[in-house]
Amino acid sequence: MIEIHGLAKRYGAQEVLRGLDLHVARGRVTAIVGPNGTGKTTLIKTILGLVRPDAGEVLVNGVAVSDDCAYRARIGYMPQIARFPQNLSGAELLAMLRDLRGGGGVAPAPVLDEELIASFQLAGHLGKRVGALSGGTRQKLNAVMAFLFSPELLILDEPTAGLDPVASGVFKDKILAERDGGKTLILSSHFMNELEELADDVVFLLDGTVRYSGTVDELMRRTRQANLGRAISHLMAQAVAA
Amino acid sequence: MNVLPAATAKIVKYELRDVMRSRWLIAYALFFGVATDALLRFGGSGKALVSLTSVTLFIVPLVGLVFGTVYLDNAREFTELLLAQPITRRQLFSGLYLGLTLPLAGAFLAGVGIPFALHGVDDPSLYVPLLTLALVGVALSFVFTALAFVIAAWSDDRLRRMGAAIAVWLVVAVLYDGLVLVLVMLFGDYPIERPMLALMVANPVDLARVVLLLQFDMSALMGYTGAAFQQFFSGGTGTAVAAAALAIWTVAPLMLGMRAFGKRDF
Repeated sequence: MIEIHGLAKRYGAQEVLRGLDLHVARGRVTAIVGPNGTGKTTLIKTILGLVRPDAGEVLVNGVAVSDDCAYRARIGYMPQIARFPQNLSGAELLAMLRDLRGGGGVAPAPVLDEELIASFQLAGHLGKRVGALSGGTRQKLNAVMAFLFSPELLILDEPTAGLDPVASGVFKDKILAERDGGKTLILSSHFMNELEELADDVVFLLDGTVRYSGTVDELMRRTRQANLGRAISHLMAQAVAA
Repeated sequence: MNVLPAATAKIVKYELRDVMRSRWLIAYALFFGVATDALLRFGGSGKALVSLTSVTLFIVPLVGLVFGTVYLDNAREFTELLLAQPITRRQLFSGLYLGLTLPLAGAFLAGVGIPFALHGVDDPSLYVPLLTLALVGVALSFVFTALAFVIAAWSDDRLRRMGAAIAVWLVVAVLYDGLVLVLVMLFGDYPIERPMLALMVANPVDLARVVLLLQFDMSALMGYTGAAFQQFFSGGTGTAVAAAALAIWTVAPLMLGMRAFGKRDF
């Protein structure tokens, strides 16, 4: 689904990505983990074309992302922070996205997936000004927007950070259901037990390079640890020792 | 046929709704409405127009810069979300720009226009100056929101952007005039009409001021260089030069902003 070769990005003196290579498999949930400031969000934003890399290339479905914007019609993105124009209502925001992604495109209009509106019980909030919504409710709206167009690829950057336990559970069920429906998901999170529940593959980033990329099971076998959190700490310790 | 790409028009449509409901925009329109109304009540159309000229030259650039900078700051995460949709950066940039500039220009026009429509213009010879004021206000709205986009791309630091917006306003709307005055004092004995003309054209606010003051036959107030301006700007060439300079002032920052927006990381 995604091929990345030799990706490099620096912000001023800071090298965030250093020749990163990565393959993300179709139809699986891939977790991107690593300490703060290790390039997770930069990597995600490069896939989306939000950050322009200094070197290397990103291919989504075999098409280089630097070439066009049409590939993004197949991606749903849920950013870390959800902030929308204060004076629009949730319904207007959804209508705007439908407008932007619906007509006039090359691809046929996608099937709308509004399941999360019901399962988050969001319908009653959609008429309100976004500026008047709570942080958690905005995050739910953010999730609805990512899943709305039944995209082939979902990129979720710390999606459950602002959600309460109930909403978080609903959301995790949705992720697994989408995967079982053949979708590809990329997930970044700091909650290891959550990732253990969801992820099929793990990508461990440290200092802008990939230190481990493979299945969760393989990682557990290799590190002989009881859970994903400990396995990642083990990888970190190894990296520091090396 | 649509003039705008469909995606741009859609962004403009929703951003317009957002900006139109903003309290700041309503306050801006009300400010011009109340000021114009008061000036018309106390001074009549002619005096009101002259006073409005000064108010316009100060306030329109300030609001374009500050409102533009604040709006783009607040829209940053939303801009990211839109860029993750299948639209190009150029389409998004055009949409954001028009969605911001059109309501600002509209609020100015409504604020000045409605009181004049209610009170009526008492001297038919004032229609041209009034129209000029309207056009200049709209042009300045376009120029200074374009500059706000350049500032937005220039730094990642909120405070630095706000500082830059206010600094730009201070320079073009306040300090520049003083600087020109100092130059006139220093080099008054030399034939400085041409360099002065160049200096006036180099600052959109000064350019707007000259264009407006000439409408009111008040160039005498600008000292002896005023005579040179009168000669230059009242002819066909002068008007064309002034219009072209204002157009360049709108397009150049816009191109700069668009370029920066295209290259930038979000």
